[in-house]
Amino acid sequence: MIVHLRRSITFALICMVFFGFVYAFAGTGVAQVLFKFQANGSITANGSTLIGQNWSSPKFFHGRPDDFGPYAANATTHTSGGDNPLVANGSSGESGATNLGPRSKVLLADTKALVAYWHSMGVNPTPDLVTTSGSGYDPDISPQDALVQIPMVAKATGLSASSLTSLIKSQTHAAQFGFLGTSYIDVLQLNEALAKMR
Amino acid sequence: MAFFLTLLALVVTLGLSWRYLGSYMAAVFDGRVHFLGLVERPIYRLLGTSPEQEQTWKRYGGALIIFSGVSFIFTYVILRVQGSLPLNPQHLGAVSPALSFNTASSFLTNTNWQNYGGETTMSYFSQIGALTVQQFVTPAVGIVAAIVLVRGFSRKNSSAVGNFWVDMTRCLFYVLLPIAFIAGVIFVGEGAVMTLAGTATIHDVLNQVTQTMARGPIAFMEAIKQLGTNGGGFLNANSATPFENPTGLTNFLSIYLLLSIPFALTYTFGKMVGSVRHGVALLSVMVLLFGVWVGFTSFAEHQNNPAVAAAGIHSTVGNTEGKEVRFGDTSSALFGVASTMTSTGSADAAYDSFTPIGGMGLLSGMMLGEVTPGGTGSGLYTLLIYAIIAVFIGGLMIGRTPEYLGKKIQAKEVKLAGLAALIMPITVLILTGIAVSVAAGKAGPLNAGPHGFSEILYALTSQGNNNGSAFGGLTGNTPFYNIIGAIDMLIGRFAIMIPVLALGGALAQKNVVPESLGTFRTDNGMFVGLTIGVILIIGGLTFFPAISLGPLVEQLSHGRFF
Repeated sequence: MIVHLRRSITFALICMVFFGFVYAFAGTGVAQVLFKFQANGSITANGSTLIGQNWSSPKFFHGRPDDFGPYAANATTHTSGGDNPLVANGSSGESGATNLGPRSKVLLADTKALVAYWHSMGVNPTPDLVTTSGSGYDPDISPQDALVQIPMVAKATGLSASSLTSLIKSQTHAAQFGFLGTSYIDVLQLNEALAKMR
Repeated sequence: MAFFLTLLALVVTLGLSWRYLGSYMAAVFDGRVHFLGLVERPIYRLLGTSPEQEQTWKRYGGALIIFSGVSFIFTYVILRVQGSLPLNPQHLGAVSPALSFNTASSFLTNTNWQNYGGETTMSYFSQIGALTVQQFVTPAVGIVAAIVLVRGFSRKNSSAVGNFWVDMTRCLFYVLLPIAFIAGVIFVGEGAVMTLAGTATIHDVLNQVTQTMARGPIAFMEAIKQLGTNGGGFLNANSATPFENPTGLTNFLSIYLLLSIPFALTYTFGKMVGSVRHGVALLSVMVLLFGVWVGFTSFAEHQNNPAVAAAGIHSTVGNTEGKEVRFGDTSSALFGVASTMTSTGSADAAYDSFTPIGGMGLLSGMMLGEVTPGGTGSGLYTLLIYAIIAVFIGGLMIGRTPEYLGKKIQAKEVKLAGLAALIMPITVLILTGIAVSVAAGKAGPLNAGPHGFSEILYALTSQGNNNGSAFGGLTGNTPFYNIIGAIDMLIGRFAIMIPVLALGGALAQKNVVPESLGTFRTDNGMFVGLTIGVILIIGGLTFFPAISLGPLVEQLSHGRFF
């Protein structure tokens, strides 16, 4: 009994050192040396390519109608509105989905509101554009989600539909190795390329 | 097409690790692997033990229980005092007593149920020094418990079942650590975050957005989270967040990692008992059930979401609510089934927003008792419990004393196996009954109607099976759910593990009966079918009424919204 207890405490301390701190610190060291950019959050001039943002202007392509984009514990101000007339995640300051069930009246009303919003912008929305993501800040849309927004962006920017189509094509990332995941477009990169065209 | 290629790639990679990781683990637990002897030997010296000092099942179990108690206290105390500890760039305060109790139970039992959002609750010290540590330790505890049961079959006339400290050390250093470290590097390379620098704030001049984003030492926790079938993520939305699971490749890697050890342990079992055919039989049980669940759940998620359809949007890309674009519908469903059928419980999509049948796939996958393939170690030992019951039933049918691998299965073994098989359903159903009867329980669900019931049922099923995934709408951080959930998790882990160790001890003492013409074969298709039958009948008889009140009613109520 006592010998079990002594060994247990010793072993728990060994585990805390090796599998907690040595593992995490060595991992951080290796990550910062080999993949500094990724390890720090893939942050580019206008934000992380892995964290979705709100795009409120019709001059830009919009992402999924997620709530506030990213947030942290100490985020006090949110930039709600824009492409997101819904308050999807509440305001808990955490990543997360709506968690609304498939037969939820709230989800039905939210989806109807989003469909009406897109129609008012002159867009015939795809399923991705009227539903929220799992993380609450999906950075990507599918090529189809971008193509349907062309009428809105073309009207607001004066760019031709064909130039926007070729922009979308050039920004499409294929599925990895051709089959892992889906083909997608990073909304931030797409809009940065769009801004350069103007 | 892409989905079938994904499945094919999974079959190939898992097949390789079944064969090679499986035989490697057998070598590790037989004491034939020594490349980290420089670390291993000083640890034995510090503990005052050695591989030669083997224990009876009672001493082995005693060490396991006391070590678990100490681990629980470590985790609890760190969470309670994290506000005064270093590595806390967000200056997060102490975790409340009820939530600390629930979280310490959750990580102790390999459940990783999370009644908190990681980025707003846990300091880096807690994530590293308490939670990641448990993510290494608890899968090792599960694996060594399974190894004790395997030794029960492979040894004869022996009262010793191994040395707990030696088995743990070997499992941690030779199996979990190297694989997790390599996987961690891949996660970072693909874009998962690994920094101690705290949050980052950016300003986008194009759309005038300012964002503050939570970061942390995420990528390497991600690796062991999946490999150890833990499931508790750094961030609230778990593997749906790009900082945990950035690409299609990391999504595939996650699925591979969480399935690798549970499947491979059947080879380890076969190798250690001297009959790989017996391992193949258990693998077949796992794969057949897993395949069926992947099939219908992916099909269900490829259908439109009823609410989205009612709003006039017709989808060719499946149910997109709560799913990430980069993964898509079927891969998210595959991830969900892999995660719920392995007692991992990580999530790359919002399971609460799955279609009724898709959600039922996840829920019922757990209700089968986490054996297909189940958690690291716990999957193998729970499946062996079902195999013993199948042997018993087979023996009754042909009128002979049942045997498994030459060990007579007698009253004591059948009682222990029956106990282990029935504890989980009894606990889950009674606790669900309590939760839907009291006000504190009924206050939990976000959704109304049958889906609200499903949220409660899912929570207690998940915790009772040490899974940890959730229908996330349920508000779990209340005294009621924190405490009822902790009880559920502790019973679901230890009330099964102790009978398993006792079973291992009882079997190891027996002699081996030579095989004869009349012996009921336990390595052929007939036995695979019988074991699947036992799993489905026990799961179906206990849980079908509950399932029919939740997802089935929801599926059948066409045109109604709640």
